[in-house]
Amino acid sequence: MNSTLESWSDGDSPVHPLSAIDFLPLSQLRAMQLYRLQSIVRWTYQRVPLFRERMRERGLTPDDIHDLRDVAKLPFTCKADLHATYPFGLFACSMQEIVRLHASSGTKSKPIVVAYTQEDLEVWASVMARTFLLCGIRRGDIIQNAYGYGLFTGGLGFHSGAERLGATVIPMSTGNSDRQIMIMKDFGCTAVCCTPSYFLHLIERARDLGVDLRKHPLRVGMFGAEPWTEAMRARIQDEAGIKAHDCYGLSEIIGPGVAAECPYQNGLHVFEDHFYPEIVDPDTGEVLPEGEEGELVLTTLTKQAMPMIRYRTRDITRIISDPCPCGRTIRRLARIRHRSDDMLIVRGINVFPSQVEEALLTVEGTLPHYQIVLTREDNLDQMEIRVEVTPEVFADTVGAMEQLRQRLVHQIESTVGLRVRVRLVEPQSLQRSEGKAKRVLDLRNQGANGPAPHHKGGTNS
Amino acid sequence: MKIVQLSLFLENKPGQVFRICRILAEAQLNLITLCLADTQQFGILRLILRDWQKAKELLETHGFVATTTEVVAIEVDDRPGGMARVLEVLSEHQINIEYLYAFTFKRGDKAVVVFRFDRPDEAIAALQQAGENVLGPVELYGDTN
Repeated sequence: MNSTLESWSDGDSPVHPLSAIDFLPLSQLRAMQLYRLQSIVRWTYQRVPLFRERMRERGLTPDDIHDLRDVAKLPFTCKADLHATYPFGLFACSMQEIVRLHASSGTKSKPIVVAYTQEDLEVWASVMARTFLLCGIRRGDIIQNAYGYGLFTGGLGFHSGAERLGATVIPMSTGNSDRQIMIMKDFGCTAVCCTPSYFLHLIERARDLGVDLRKHPLRVGMFGAEPWTEAMRARIQDEAGIKAHDCYGLSEIIGPGVAAECPYQNGLHVFEDHFYPEIVDPDTGEVLPEGEEGELVLTTLTKQAMPMIRYRTRDITRIISDPCPCGRTIRRLARIRHRSDDMLIVRGINVFPSQVEEALLTVEGTLPHYQIVLTREDNLDQMEIRVEVTPEVFADTVGAMEQLRQRLVHQIESTVGLRVRVRLVEPQSLQRSEGKAKRVLDLRNQGANGPAPHHKGGTNS
Repeated sequence: MKIVQLSLFLENKPGQVFRICRILAEAQLNLITLCLADTQQFGILRLILRDWQKAKELLETHGFVATTTEVVAIEVDDRPGGMARVLEVLSEHQINIEYLYAFTFKRGDKAVVVFRFDRPDEAIAALQQAGENVLGPVELYGDTN
């Protein structure tokens, strides 16, 4: 065991040895990125036929990368490429070298398959250990990992990082909320990892069981795998008495461990020594000027088994280059408020569920359980928001409840720019999921070919 | 002399009131009266019962949203003009009624009207001054033993 790691404590130095690379001088970081970019382009060109073909179509060879800006010359990779080459078509290594496969849950019939060599797993554990350090987790912390273990990258990704750091990890996986709460309480867990919606569910359940999480040692939550709002964060921090960090990743790139928030909570530091970020116009693919909002594109600089060159994440964000008070030189991504995949097109207007959430929060102060239901009447899309009535907003007169409903209608309409219906429903009547919240029910085109594809890029866009 | 009323949020769908009544019945909780206010979309069920605390807890564990409100129960003569006399007092004092519902009591010659006022304390004072019988919990629940 590495003696530096064992003897390290916050008092000696503000920089944990595993995090040192987060603080690299920028000139060194850029030089490292360029060297790695050139290497990965060569690696991928030699080993992945689809990439080689696309380079040739553009008259490019790996020798054309002289500068980091040259990344913009390279062809994009998108989710459709992964579907088209299912299951192993974009692998750059043979099974002799591959030691792990994961797959996305995905709503499509075929999942996306991702592969890791032994070295890839080492990198993954190291970026996850850096993620824990960013969130203020140290050796001695007891981490309850409630991300799903299995094909999903969440569970094993967080698990390996916690072990690399030397913290104590409890491999709970997701589900069985009462048991989660019992373990959290009895084992004195200091950190929890899961989706934010599942943690809200745990808070509710804990309250039902008479457990006040604020009175327990739990101090940090690491939440990701779905978009969540600042108001959800405020509620989690307040009701559980913890610091809630946003963690970002996607299995196509590596899984969790791409970017995460430091305690300043002002953007997610991206581990850009391994994942090179760009922001492009989602429609034209043009690289946007620094600081502008657009679609995040990531290039894996070191991944061997399945390198991704300029992968279109469909996540909308911007890059923050200003120095962070924490001292890290790696840049930050603004919190991802929407995933372009979540975008609904209703009567030709783009609507994100996060906009509806913001409106609900503005009116009610906390986020109630809600569901967006899309139907089609007389060839016109109808959007109904079902909102569960909470004890906090329930009043005894019809007038007061009708007023609440009207305020919700008004706030949602002014946020999304569409006429909507709001239906107040009984508590616990909307579908819950133990993992990701089921927020959208699209019943348009039902009967003909099942629910209509509502995603951007679907047949009705 | 205010009475605690239990209010529940209900969606407009068949079987909802039955569900609530069955839960209360299984716990041997007796209702004094109940009243349903409804709109096209939802309803508010208002219950008067002695063990309202127990009922609230029980219904909440069954997932209902419940709240309590203070209402005023007034005994009114069960004959023409009985109600008008009460309303006249309220009108004179400019007291606003948010809602009301009535039921007949076991004694037969009297009806009970439950009011929700915007200013309940003033209403009670005015009615008592005018000689009306404002019922307290003992009188209201006493007969149900």
